Amino acid sequence: MLDLDPTVVAVILGMAAVTYATKAGGLWLLGRVDLSERAEAGIDVLPGAVVVAFVAPALADGGVPEWVAAAATVAVARKTGNLLVSLAVGVAVVLAVRSVV
Amino acid sequence: MAEADSTTEPGDDVQSVSFSAAGVREGFVAGFPVAVGVAGYGVVFGVVARRAGLSVAEAAVMSATVVAGAAQLVAVELWADPIPVAAVVSTTLLVNLRYVLMGAALRPWLGQLTGPQAYTSVFFFADENWAQSIGVLRSGSHNGAFLLGSGLVLWLLWIASTVVGATAGALVGDPATYGLDFVATALFLTLAAGFWEGAESLRPWLAAAVAALAVHALVPGEWYILAGALAGAATEVVAYDA
Repeated sequence: MLDLDPTVVAVILGMAAVTYATKAGGLWLLGRVDLSERAEAGIDVLPGAVVVAFVAPALADGGVPEWVAAAATVAVARKTGNLLVSLAVGVAVVLAVRSVV
Repeated sequence: MAEADSTTEPGDDVQSVSFSAAGVREGFVAGFPVAVGVAGYGVVFGVVARRAGLSVAEAAVMSATVVAGAAQLVAVELWADPIPVAAVVSTTLLVNLRYVLMGAALRPWLGQLTGPQAYTSVFFFADENWAQSIGVLRSGSHNGAFLLGSGLVLWLLWIASTVVGATAGALVGDPATYGLDFVATALFLTLAAGFWEGAESLRPWLAAAVAALAVHALVPGEWYILAGALAGAATEVVAYDA
């Protein structure tokens, strides 16, 4: 539970390094280089694109319970903006629909 | 984030800011409610990380050193034995590339601080306290230490909530019994709802979904995420202004 695998820690530090590079890089680099608005727009959509790329195959592999629960999750997330509430609703709906189909 | 283009052009009328212990404290106090909200994600991250096979200590180390919620969640979903190192690190980079723009937006104010002050401060920023700090600074605050203070409280609660979630996650049995196999999907759908910027998101997201599905069907491993992300960004770059 408290063990630290050297390989795992090395990967985590790699993630930390690239993340810090993005945070500090923006502060450092953009005083020197002008990024085009076109490039900025591309960077701007990346987080959403990553999340969609992650979810699309998971939903495609799922069935009716997952699709119904997905719709419910998105609706609640849009309405409340609360992560825990939307997760709870999503999980409850997937269980409920699985029990009837 | 959509306003990054206006914030990178501060003009010459940016107020002067200074950096002090009192300023750090002010940011810490003001950032506390925001950090409590973020801690909800921390608990979820801890649970997911534990189920992915990380120990409590490893999950805590990740939260303490990476400090980027969405990227950490994607990374632990990719986790396997052996760890797909290239996919994990490159996906982390892609999810976090937006920080380049967000860091740049802080430049008018952080640029007035010393190097160590500014480069320590940026380590602690995440989406939520970045937004709060930009709001405070844009409304004329002279507190150049607000970002660090609000970042420190967020960082502490992020680590603590990760430990809570990871400890609790170890107690959970077969995930499907409780519908927990759906948690990751629900989590990413919730993130997506937050990233949605209206109709302009539709085209890049469709491209991302189509590319991800195609690569997922054809290529083993986790490359579909990278492919989808790049397809989405490329679509936006090509279609920009069109």
